[in-house]
Amino acid sequence: MTEPPLLSVEDLEVRYRVTSGWFGGSDVHAVNGVSFSVAEGETIGIVGESGCGKTTLGQAILGLTDISAGAVKLRGTERDRARRTQIQIIFQDPQSSLDPRLPVWRLITEPLHIRGGYANKQLIDRASELAVSVGLRPEHVDRYPHEFSGGQRQRIAIARALAVEPALLVLDEPTSALDVSVQAQIVNLLLSLQAQRKLSYVLISHDVSLVRHVADRVAVMYLGQIVEEGPTLDVLDAPSHPYTRTLLDAVPRFDRPLASIAPRAGELPSNRTLPTGCFFRERCPSATAGCEQPQLLVAADGLRKVRCHLVTNVHGMGRPRSAPRPAFPSDATA
Amino acid sequence: MAVDGIGAPRQAVSRFREGRLWYRVKGSPLTLVGAAIALVVLFVIIAAPLLAPYPPDKISLSARLAAPSLQHVFGTDEVGRDLFSRVLFGARASCGIAFAIVILSTVIGSIIGCLSGVVGGIVDTAIMRLMDVFLALPALILAMALSAALGPSLFNAMLAVAVVRVPAYVRLARGQTLSLRNRTYVKASRSFGASPAYLLRWHILPNALSPIIVQATLDLGGTILTAAALSFIGLGAQPPTSEWGSMVSSGRNYFLDQWWYITFPGLAILISAMGFNLLGDGLRDMLDPRLGGR
Amino acid sequence: MSEPSGDVLLEISDLSLVFRTSRGPIKALNGVSLNVRAGEIVGIVGESGCGKSVTMMAATRLLPKGSAHITAGGIRLFGNDPMKLSERELQHVRGKLVSTIFQEPMNALNPTRRIGEQIVEIIRRHQRLDAKAATSKAIGLLRDMLISEPERIMQAYPFELSGGMRQRVLIAMAFSCEPKLIIADEPTTALDVTVQALILSLIKHKAASTGTAVVFISHDMAVVSQLCDRLYVLYAGRVAEAGTTASVLAAPAHPYTRALIRCLPGLVAPKQPLEQILGTLPDLLDPPAGCLFKARCREADERCKAVPPLAAIGAARRAACWRRIEETQSA
Repeated sequence: MTEPPLLSVEDLEVRYRVTSGWFGGSDVHAVNGVSFSVAEGETIGIVGESGCGKTTLGQAILGLTDISAGAVKLRGTERDRARRTQIQIIFQDPQSSLDPRLPVWRLITEPLHIRGGYANKQLIDRASELAVSVGLRPEHVDRYPHEFSGGQRQRIAIARALAVEPALLVLDEPTSALDVSVQAQIVNLLLSLQAQRKLSYVLISHDVSLVRHVADRVAVMYLGQIVEEGPTLDVLDAPSHPYTRTLLDAVPRFDRPLASIAPRAGELPSNRTLPTGCFFRERCPSATAGCEQPQLLVAADGLRKVRCHLVTNVHGMGRPRSAPRPAFPSDATA
Repeated sequence: MAVDGIGAPRQAVSRFREGRLWYRVKGSPLTLVGAAIALVVLFVIIAAPLLAPYPPDKISLSARLAAPSLQHVFGTDEVGRDLFSRVLFGARASCGIAFAIVILSTVIGSIIGCLSGVVGGIVDTAIMRLMDVFLALPALILAMALSAALGPSLFNAMLAVAVVRVPAYVRLARGQTLSLRNRTYVKASRSFGASPAYLLRWHILPNALSPIIVQATLDLGGTILTAAALSFIGLGAQPPTSEWGSMVSSGRNYFLDQWWYITFPGLAILISAMGFNLLGDGLRDMLDPRLGGR
Repeated sequence: MSEPSGDVLLEISDLSLVFRTSRGPIKALNGVSLNVRAGEIVGIVGESGCGKSVTMMAATRLLPKGSAHITAGGIRLFGNDPMKLSERELQHVRGKLVSTIFQEPMNALNPTRRIGEQIVEIIRRHQRLDAKAATSKAIGLLRDMLISEPERIMQAYPFELSGGMRQRVLIAMAFSCEPKLIIADEPTTALDVTVQALILSLIKHKAASTGTAVVFISHDMAVVSQLCDRLYVLYAGRVAEAGTTASVLAAPAHPYTRALIRCLPGLVAPKQPLEQILGTLPDLLDPPAGCLFKARCREADERCKAVPPLAAIGAARRAACWRRIEETQSA
């Protein structure tokens, strides 16, 4: 028997009901059958656009959202208590993730305070240690969150997550709310903490270059499904799935002028009623016969898995680049 | 927005800190007036025995219905009691009761409201429908019915008005709880395994408090009026207690010839009710983040 | 000098501006100079608090009257000082000559009225067109924005559209009165990258085909580099560096610009530490004397105690850094 991975997410589905008007409502299919695992000390990046279910996925891993089907296992067990201490989350906006009315020492040691049994003196000492480990000064712990800049507040949030010595951190857009010059500081901090403490990260982000920099493996999500997964550089430098390519083409880069033709536009289909067949079909530049069939995430080349029959059925690495793109594609509307 | 570009390190400054509350108060003279009136009323409640030239119940039949003079600044009533002293002592009954009522209804209302919001489900629905029933009835009528049923006394009137005020606080506290429950820091706390009671104690109540305090201040004025109204129609404070509402009630018989009898207690009601309203209005503007800016 | 020719539409010279607040005056702008000529796309880049939005709002007089005060310098918008215009003249300028596109498209649209009514109203307010002509013009504008069923979108309410679609509607509205200048204030920041790429190319094409000048405000160097002909890098209410996009990116002159580009992931090997800018922005309530970047600068020395002027350091290049100025003079 091999040892179970640190975190394994198995066929996870999250649906929730939204009511609209007086009668009924509809189900939002936020996560639709996601599986992946994270090894000890590893970082997996989850990339996708808003509405792809990446944030819901993060909350489901933490147990903040009810799971409709599937399982989240920590070292092979589904027990909640283990998850509580072993998995922690860093939220996007450090402005709203810290209660404005509590001093920093109290914020940092909140997980311990909830557990109970510590004197305030112990908590303050522990908070000072943790503050130092994330690059704050020990005397900072007596202040209130509003006295800090965005970057420092994110450090406080990181210190808080470390208070219970977790094995895995879910990083939900950890730098998106920060200024460019501060983002680098936080990224460096996360990298050095990982090296010191053998942490595993689930990095949820829309920022492809951040994921490329930090993650060992990457999973690209579209409409609640993983469409492509594999070693970071393989996937991001040579994308196989048409959606991954669309996404990467759109990322602004210094070394590339703005595409002279508009990229394939179109809007994300509604996650109220899922499309049949391939979810990306309507926006896909290479859609052809066979795309109306449901697509499976299967191994392509090497360590990569792709959810596209054009890639997986037709000679392994068949890159359907050849399909002509219309100059100004018609776009579906909301 | 315009505000985004401004400011050094992005620091949300707590509205209570760095003299900013005082700065805002300075910018709003009406709030200052309200605060001054509230302070005067508080002072009078505490120091009435020191300020009053006569005991409020001292009868002096020789000086019946005397017009305002140096001896009796506000004049005297039909049994020669000094109206100035009675108005000062009346602050204890009228405003003291209003404070008690507001505190009682705030505490009860906030607890029920926060619980309702945190527990949710059927309990929440049941509580809220019951509160809707209360809210559907006119407040003064309900208070009258309750205090008539309990028997006319100051304590019963107080209880009645407090019960009538509870639903407003339940709604307010529940609304606050529902919005706070979705704050990221509450989510974070949940992810650490915090129980609902913990969330309530450490995150929800402290943060829900400021709008509730504002509402309470605003209500003080209205409560003074309601309490006075109950006493006026004889369902509240009973004579010989000096209470503004009952003083106005007995003074109305002498309205045409002895104007001072009804005027000074009436003015006291008017000014104190207005003072608390102004203060509450000002506080709301200052504490409301949507109106406050940075 | 190879500064692009063409009429100067907007010229801001040495503009300083403070916001009066409870904590004292915030010195939001400390001598910003920039100009925009007809037909060019100019980028204004900087982090939050650098004054990029404030500068452009001052130019169109959109800042709150009570709290914002210009303490030095001047603005010339189409040859006029916007501070001296009457309300009527200002409306003419804002409607016919300059349009602004904001970051959050939902706030800029009236939620209770159909998209079509709103576009037609704007067109008819500034142009002599009957309802029918205005409607067909509106549909044409939406079609230019690659909206495939403009008639259906005209009938929709803002909440029925996605963020990207609303932003396209707003861009159509901004172009509807054929302004000479469009100010786009972080129009893609709230959008996904695929939508952002579309919006950027729409702005670029439409501006090129109508000859409209665009001021594009952004915090994202990469976005600005793809779109703009020239750019200004702002730091703490001052221009740190200005020049053509290609030349600034090829050889950033100001240490701040250099750091801003180098701290992005993707320029070093994965997992290696990123270059970071030390410290934080200066406190604009009490900005330090001299160069405002001094405290965070790796190259700072004695000279930086004096404020460096924004001086020419080459063809169509200016920078506010003593080191660069000296190098230019000695060369």
